[in-house]
Amino acid sequence: MTPYTRIPKRVEKTLATHRRDFLKSAGLLVVSFATGASADAQSSAAAQVAGPYSELDFRQLDSWIVIHENNTATFYVGKTDCGQGTGTSFRQLMSDELDIAYDQTTCIMGSTDNTVDQGGSGGSTAMERDSWPMRRAAAEARRVLLEMGAARLGAPLDQLAVSNAVITVKGDPSKRATYGELIGGKKFNVKLTGANINAVTGVAKVKPVQELRATGQSPARYDIPAKVDGSLKWAVDVKLPGMVHARNVKPPFACARLTGIDESSVRNLPGFIKVLSKGNYVAVVCEREEQAIRAARQLKTTWEKPATAPFPASENLFQYMRTATATSSSRPIVEGNPESAFADAAKIVEAEYEVPFQGHAAIAGAHAMADPSNDQMTIYSNDMKSYGMRNGVAAFLGMPRDKVRVVWMEGPQGYGRTAADDAGCEAAWIASEIGRPVRIQWMRDEESAWDTKGPAFLVKVRGALDTEGRLVAYDYKARSCDYNHVGYNEPDTVLIAQLMGSRRAKPAAGGSATPSEMYAIPNRHMVGEVVSLPAVWETPLRTGNLRDPNGPQSTFASESFIDELAAAVRADPLSFRMKMLTAATTDDTGFRRARSIAVLRSAAEAYGWEQRPSPGPPSKGNILTGRGVAYAFRGQTIVAQIAKVEVNRQTGHVWAKRLVCAHDCGLVVNPQSLRHTVECAMLHGLSRAIHEEVRFDTEKITNVDWLSYPTLRHADVPERIDVVLVNGDPNPNRPDLPPYGAGEAALKPMLAAIANAIHDATGVRIRRVPFRDDRVLAALKAARV
Amino acid sequence: MSRIIFKVNGSTHTVDVEPTTPLLYILRNDLGLQGPRFGCGLGQCGACTVIINGAAVRSCVLPASSVRGEITTLEGLSSNGKLHPLQQAWIDEQVPQCGFCQNGQIMTAKAMLDKNPHPTDAQIRETMNTTLCRCMSYYRVQTAIKRAAKAIAAAQPSSAKEVLA
Repeated sequence: MTPYTRIPKRVEKTLATHRRDFLKSAGLLVVSFATGASADAQSSAAAQVAGPYSELDFRQLDSWIVIHENNTATFYVGKTDCGQGTGTSFRQLMSDELDIAYDQTTCIMGSTDNTVDQGGSGGSTAMERDSWPMRRAAAEARRVLLEMGAARLGAPLDQLAVSNAVITVKGDPSKRATYGELIGGKKFNVKLTGANINAVTGVAKVKPVQELRATGQSPARYDIPAKVDGSLKWAVDVKLPGMVHARNVKPPFACARLTGIDESSVRNLPGFIKVLSKGNYVAVVCEREEQAIRAARQLKTTWEKPATAPFPASENLFQYMRTATATSSSRPIVEGNPESAFADAAKIVEAEYEVPFQGHAAIAGAHAMADPSNDQMTIYSNDMKSYGMRNGVAAFLGMPRDKVRVVWMEGPQGYGRTAADDAGCEAAWIASEIGRPVRIQWMRDEESAWDTKGPAFLVKVRGALDTEGRLVAYDYKARSCDYNHVGYNEPDTVLIAQLMGSRRAKPAAGGSATPSEMYAIPNRHMVGEVVSLPAVWETPLRTGNLRDPNGPQSTFASESFIDELAAAVRADPLSFRMKMLTAATTDDTGFRRARSIAVLRSAAEAYGWEQRPSPGPPSKGNILTGRGVAYAFRGQTIVAQIAKVEVNRQTGHVWAKRLVCAHDCGLVVNPQSLRHTVECAMLHGLSRAIHEEVRFDTEKITNVDWLSYPTLRHADVPERIDVVLVNGDPNPNRPDLPPYGAGEAALKPMLAAIANAIHDATGVRIRRVPFRDDRVLAALKAARV
Repeated sequence: MSRIIFKVNGSTHTVDVEPTTPLLYILRNDLGLQGPRFGCGLGQCGACTVIINGAAVRSCVLPASSVRGEITTLEGLSSNGKLHPLQQAWIDEQVPQCGFCQNGQIMTAKAMLDKNPHPTDAQIRETMNTTLCRCMSYYRVQTAIKRAAKAIAAAQPSSAKEVLA
């Protein structure tokens, strides 16, 4: 049993109900839900409760913490959990600051009407940024409770001790008061300060890390039991009285113009209710789910093709990107005098790398349930940015924001700006049109085709080596296909808005990326450019944030290239990197250089790295074995990875037999959750390295299911994965040691680590992602391996 | 529409649906079960897996009229309030990330262990290979399966152990 389930279910329900009553009495008509145990209450209550759904005041302590009469606490946080166990970690940190046992707490996340707006998830900010206001609020609650305790017990503050939510007088343990006795069921009524939610603070200071107790332990994630016994109610499980089912009818190709709908093709189907259409957006509504699926497939529509091709076919993508005129360019990062350094070089190495569009490819289609009761709109969604969805839907429908709420529930994650955003607006629009609760879900082909993509990258790198084999100049130029990058829950760029004709006057510029390393290279020139496809609206090749949005692409290029340089001077690739890290004498405020050295060293030790140049000695037989290293940082988190691969000479198949990751994200809140997050992010990187590529002809995506868009499978999984948690801070015991982000960083170097290992095994350099069997085999044959 | 009788997790239900309706929608929308989930509707990912006659079956592509035999869903794995050893192993190994696919992972593993209580690593990989996880929890899934297999073997009466040996 986990600590979460040790709290009897009826208590869980009480906790949730309690807040509802509590906030009602405070003049806020708010319904509170926990996922799991009290989720049943969620859907039944939802239909009855009217708004308005005023925003909670993040400068009120009561918005963050409720202490119950039974001496338990509920934490309310404005975050969502994409499956990394952040809720458990928040509870650990807040329990520590409040001085209450972890087991006596619960955490409620992400619904817009009962939690403050911390933005949901994104950017690996859970621990790094958003845990701070939570900690400070909990510390302030402890301070206020101690003051109340001092008054109740008639003892000065310095004579009080507190442990597990019980305040005692030092030397006289008979004098005691529990938090529940002091404030249970009542409001703190304490104002917090801070210019914005990230700066929220009370008077109290947070504890030094040395005094944290639950933090650094690994309590089991509270959300897992209900996920394995079938009791969790997910966003896909919400049922409401009178609900109907909708399915989209997507345009058959990009930039298609709808010219006709033959409603008679579906009118007589069982359960048919309505075809809805506006602009190029079409949806079918039926009584039952399978009826809506059938009707959407059967509806006859006609479409007109655009005059010019919306994009080049995927096999011509990189040639197109090479010759296109850039729509924008970053300000170049120039250090030293790269031009003269290249002119004086003993050796120049050049290479070009290609990363195709890759998908979020969530395991299930985007979905949402929208309830238009009481002239308001409630959306049940797994969108990781529930607060943004509330704002986006309100703007899209032209409703006041306090008439819209998003109830966040668990769902299939895709790590970034997925079509969950689009489905939320679609469900809300259809519900507002027909006046009934509507559930919509995207089908597999729809999801694979129309979900936003991680941008394709083309990266050219040049390096100048001196006679000592040192990298003295570096020239990096990346081009990403990212123009009109779609943001989160934007009412004018969600797909339904685009299909209805919305056009932003100035499309988002999009972004590129430069390398994320701390190498001492005396002369550098680095720039990132963006190019645009011919069509940028109503196209399935729309880009949106995908886990560490541009990091895996740029790091594939930069860290592959470092290996190419090391190979050019017959240097051990790990020592080559280490020399460039140790050559510098200065560091940044986060000690990223010192921590990079520690992380690379830890990875090498864990792997048992033997110094030698790549490629290794030629292997005999069909299976060629090699090892590869890559390193990067994301924000302040440092990651070094070593992969051992087997390459089948006859089939070209690559198997990563062993993976090692050394990871430094500062203060570790829950080591087990962190290890699992890192493992899974590494495998996500491996999937993108060896399998994933969105393919298309000149008008549509052509790989739209799991057979044609393969991702990592059980058979691909390494035999062994080692995750080493490093704290490379030069002063690891400093009292303010902060936690940094961990949701994305471990994906970043993986593509390069695999490419480098393939080179080590075969002597063949693969500069194009993914390293599919046929591509590797062709490269081996071309090199006569 | 036609009336179809289903036996699910020990209970009998009569549902009035089109005979071609995939079983998944009946389980979810008529019987209120939420273990099996829609993933792809193509039988490719496994999120909708149920067990029928000992076999892991993808309910998203199984027409209601062709169901023969009792259906077990994730909700039906525990008995007398005690989790199935696989479910317990999933908690002990802290397998899921988002967890959406885990129904398919657990149910496919259950059907495998019922037939082959001591699978090799290669057999686990092969049998589980088409059950997809987008969070990439595979490494933990495989660890948990081995843990559950050990727990199941340890719980067998000693005579049964000898037979198995």
